[in-house]
Amino acid sequence: MAEQSIAAEARVAFRGGGFEPGARRWASWLAFAAIIAAWQAASSSGLLPALLMPSPWQVARAFGELWHSGRLPGDLGASLYRVLWGWFLGTAVGLVAGVAMGIWTTPRAIGIPIVSALFPIPKIALLPLLILWFGIGEPSKIATIALGVFFPTVITGYSAVDSVPRNLIRMAQSFNLPRREIIRKILLPGAMPAILAGFRISSSIALILLVAAEMIGAEHGVGAFILQAGNLMQTDQLVAGVVVLSLLGLAISTLLGRLERALLRWR
Amino acid sequence: MELLLEGVSHRYGELRALEAIDLEVREGETLALLGPSGCGKSTLLGIMGGLLRPSEGCVRVRGEPPAGSLNPFTYVFQDFALLPWRTVAGNVALALEHHRLGAAERTRRIEEALRLTGLEEFAHAYPKQLSGGMRQRVGLARATAVRPALLLLDEPLSALDAQTRELLMEDLIRIWSHERTTSVYVTHNLFEALRMADRIAVLSRRPGRLKEIIAVNIPFAERGAPERAAALSALHQRIWTLIRDEVQVADREVHDG
Repeated sequence: MAEQSIAAEARVAFRGGGFEPGARRWASWLAFAAIIAAWQAASSSGLLPALLMPSPWQVARAFGELWHSGRLPGDLGASLYRVLWGWFLGTAVGLVAGVAMGIWTTPRAIGIPIVSALFPIPKIALLPLLILWFGIGEPSKIATIALGVFFPTVITGYSAVDSVPRNLIRMAQSFNLPRREIIRKILLPGAMPAILAGFRISSSIALILLVAAEMIGAEHGVGAFILQAGNLMQTDQLVAGVVVLSLLGLAISTLLGRLERALLRWR
Repeated sequence: MELLLEGVSHRYGELRALEAIDLEVREGETLALLGPSGCGKSTLLGIMGGLLRPSEGCVRVRGEPPAGSLNPFTYVFQDFALLPWRTVAGNVALALEHHRLGAAERTRRIEEALRLTGLEEFAHAYPKQLSGGMRQRVGLARATAVRPALLLLDEPLSALDAQTRELLMEDLIRIWSHERTTSVYVTHNLFEALRMADRIAVLSRRPGRLKEIIAVNIPFAERGAPERAAALSALHQRIWTLIRDEVQVADREVHDG
C-alpha cells in the first residue's frame, strides 16, 4: 500500500502545563511597591483622611520617632520576652505530651479526649482566671500564650509521629533496634518536618495571644502600645505598632525557614 | 540454618489469610513463595521472620546462624524502607549501630556490603538522589551487612521497571552465588520465581494453602541460556496451570470487594 503524503504541515499548539506555578519573585516586590504607592497617593490626594488612615510616610516617620525615643524598643522587648517564654514553654511541654501520645497507647487513650475537649476553648478567655492564679504580672500573660501554644503542639506532636511511615518502624524492628533507638533514629527525625510545620502555626497563635493579652492586662508591650495609640487617636503610631507586629511575624517565619533548611537538608 | 513451618494458620479478625501451612526452607536454598495477590505470601513471610505471630501452628529453626550474623532473620522490603534523612552508608550503618562492634569492624562491614551491591561510589548520596534500582541495592546492602542466616525478600523487585528488575535479578543471583544465604523470596511474578529460586512453593488464593512445591533443577547460570528455554517453558506452563484459576478467582474477588 502506498504511503499517504501529508497535505500540509502545521505546528502543534501548546495547550498548557497543568497550571503549574512558575517563579515570579519580582511580582511580589512590584505588588508591594504598587500597594504602598497607591496608599500614599490616596493619602496625599485626601481620599484617605489621616485621622482614619495615616499615609505610609506618616507611619514611617512615627516609627522612626518611636524607635529613637526608645518607646518602641522597650515595648518590643517586653513583647518578645512574653512571646518567647510562652511559646517555648507551650512548645516544650506540648511536644513531650504529643510525641508520647504518638508513641504509646495509654497516653494517647488518655490524652486525645482531653485535648479534643480543651483545644476549642479560646485561651484568651482564660486570662482572667490566670490573672487570679498568677497575678497581673508576666506569668499570667506567659501562661496564656503557653496554653494557646500547648494544644496545637500536642496535636502536631502525635500527628507528626503518626505521619512517620510504619514500614520504616517495621524495618527497624526487623533489625531488632531497641525501642529507644527506634524513637531516636526513626520516629523523631521522621516526625521533624510535620513538627516544624506545626511551629509556624503555633508561633502565629502565640503572636495573636500576645497582642490580645497585652491589650487586656498590660502597660507595656506592642499590644498595649497599639491599644493606647488607638485610644488617643494617634493612628500613625497605631499603624507603626502594627508594622512592628508584622515585622516580628516575618522575622519568626524567616527564622523557622532557616531552621527547616538546616534540619531538613535531606528533603 | 533451616526453617520449619508446622501447621501455620493466620487470621486477621474474621478473615482467614493462611491455612495449615507445612513447609521446610532448606539450608542454602532460595525458596520462592508464589501465589495470587492477597493469598497471604507476605503474611507468611512476616510469620517466618517473627514480625507476625501466627494464629495457629509454629515456626522452628534447625541449626545455628553463621558466625558473625548480627540479625539471623533479615528482611528486604518491597518499598525499600530507607531513611530519607540518612545517606546510603548511613542507611546500611543503621542495621549495625546498636550492636557492639568496633568502629573498624563496622566500617569494614559497610564497605563490604556497598562493594557487593555496587554502591561504593554512592556511599554519601541520599536515597532521593538514587533510582529505584539503586535504592533497592541499598536495601540489599543493609541486609547483607548483618550477615543474615535467613534472608526474607518481600517482592523486592515489584516496584521497579522491567529493565531495572532484570539487572537486579542478575545482581541477586551473583550475590547468592557468592554467599549462598538461605532465602525466601515472595513474588507474584512467575518468571522471577523461575529465574531466582531453587524451589517454588505455590500457594492457593485466600486463605493461602500450600498447593505444591516445584523444584527448578536448572543451574542459575544456565537459566537464561536458549538450550534451557524449553525446560523452563515446561515448568512455567506447569505452574501457570496450577495457579491460573486461582489468579482468576482472586482477581474477581478483588473487583467484587
